[in-house]
Amino acid sequence: MKRLISVQGLAKSFAHRRGATDPIPVFEHVWFNVHEGEFVCLIGHSGCGKTTILNVLAGIETASAGVVLIDEREIAGPSLDRAVIFQSHALLPWFSVEQNIAFAVRSRWPKARRDEVRRRVQRAVDLVHLTGAEKKRPSELSGGMKQRVGIARALAIEPRILLMDEPFSALDALTRGSLQDEAARLCSETNQTVFMITHDVDEAILLADRILLMSNGPRAQIAEIVVNSLPRPRHRYDLHRHIRYYPLRNHIIEFLIERSQPVRDVLPADPRHPPVVCPGDIVIPALSNLEIVQ
Amino acid sequence: MPTGPLALRAALLSLLLFAVFVAIWHFATLPMGGWAAMDPEYAKLMGPGATHGKSAMPTPLDVGAAIVGHLEDPFFDRGPNTKGIGIQLAYSIGRVLIGFILAVIVGVPLGFLIGMSPLMHRALDPFVQVLKPISPLAWMPLALYSIKDSALSSIFVIFICAVWPLLINTAFGVASVRREWLNVAHTLEVGLLRRCFAVILPAAAPTILTGMRISVGVAWLVIVAAEMLVGGTGIGYFVWNEWNNLSLSNVITAILLIGAVGMALDQALAWGGRLVSYAE
Repeated sequence: MKRLISVQGLAKSFAHRRGATDPIPVFEHVWFNVHEGEFVCLIGHSGCGKTTILNVLAGIETASAGVVLIDEREIAGPSLDRAVIFQSHALLPWFSVEQNIAFAVRSRWPKARRDEVRRRVQRAVDLVHLTGAEKKRPSELSGGMKQRVGIARALAIEPRILLMDEPFSALDALTRGSLQDEAARLCSETNQTVFMITHDVDEAILLADRILLMSNGPRAQIAEIVVNSLPRPRHRYDLHRHIRYYPLRNHIIEFLIERSQPVRDVLPADPRHPPVVCPGDIVIPALSNLEIVQ
Repeated sequence: MPTGPLALRAALLSLLLFAVFVAIWHFATLPMGGWAAMDPEYAKLMGPGATHGKSAMPTPLDVGAAIVGHLEDPFFDRGPNTKGIGIQLAYSIGRVLIGFILAVIVGVPLGFLIGMSPLMHRALDPFVQVLKPISPLAWMPLALYSIKDSALSSIFVIFICAVWPLLINTAFGVASVRREWLNVAHTLEVGLLRRCFAVILPAAAPTILTGMRISVGVAWLVIVAAEMLVGGTGIGYFVWNEWNNLSLSNVITAILLIGAVGMALDQALAWGGRLVSYAE
């Protein structure tokens, strides 16, 4: 697989206190790669700078140190190759659903003719099952429908990379579940490269190929990379029956509860190569017997 | 107790209050005392105020008759000092609109600049803070001297009083456009002009319309004073002229019409504000 995103030595510090000689970085020495077609999740507690990392990837924030390479070229600012799905959906309230999506489509293809814009908008609307709601304003939509428009807007510009900033965290549990299923379907259908931020462990297990675990800030780092080898297609209703599900989930939860504290010795000695683990891959024979009995 | 919809009851109460007010007015201006015994020649000179004990303040009926008289023929023009009240109002409205439109042309783009650039905000803030509290009429002598035209000077005074609310509201509206909407435009690589017209302008439009509403209100307040000062034409001049004629009926008619036109201007912009408002 081709390396698409390469984050190298990223750090961010906010000089908020006047006279502070050297501000403590929120995160530092953040190194990771995302390959073409891969779905990578970043999990960490609040305040470790997850959103900042995503914003740096999106090009709407700058890092204090380090670089981001996309296709081996350093990024400078935002690009239509990288679409962002915002946590707060960020729809323009004076536009209808189709106008919001058309705004993105026209940005991507400024010379597109009117019927082509309409065709692309309709395809995006149909993709997220919002057919019939094209003329509605965001204020007339439920939270889940708004986020569907956000997803449609991002996918309509056919980005190489999709960046998602806790896209489902503001939704109620039932809506979140169905949107997660759809995200899983859309991403596997289109082989979309995705970098997603979340603090929902089950969401990460459902969607991600690899899960980056971030230690707590300040001085947060990627502490560990968890490979999620659960077979695809994955579904919420039966994923937890898989024998490797609980080892994986327990490993992440245990990290978040116990090992994410800023204790220096849990952090990797070489931040360029955080330890890669595959929880549940070493199957104890007795356990597999247990599954057969069930 | 009257029942029924709130609006109807409120309207009834308004009518009742109005009737009470007119009744008090009527009784307060009733002629008092009888015939004063005086030489008929002298009585003729003194007028009914002295001879009948009649109040100089017109009665509601006098004012009603004056209003009907003005509204029956609002647009006559019989020389510089004898113009219909409609013509005078049209002069004033015209000046307010010209001054207001000039203020929009200057204030909105400048407000955009201040709202979008923290540098410009800081650089221009001292000027705005000093110029804003100046009474627009204080500019009148300077305007008369440099423009050398009284009609244009009153338009300038309207411009100068209307521009500040527009400038400040536009700058505030532009500066407080939600970060996430700007981020959307940013990640979509939207150019400056398109960002201004498709994102910032619609987002700030309700605040800008509020600024316009304040501006037009202030302008309508100031035009009366400006025209009193400058003279010639306009409703302000009409009020001062009728004061010199000691025709309080005409003054009261003008006051009521000033209120009605001010309300109409305000409602027009309130309607405009509803057009550009959006629900989040």
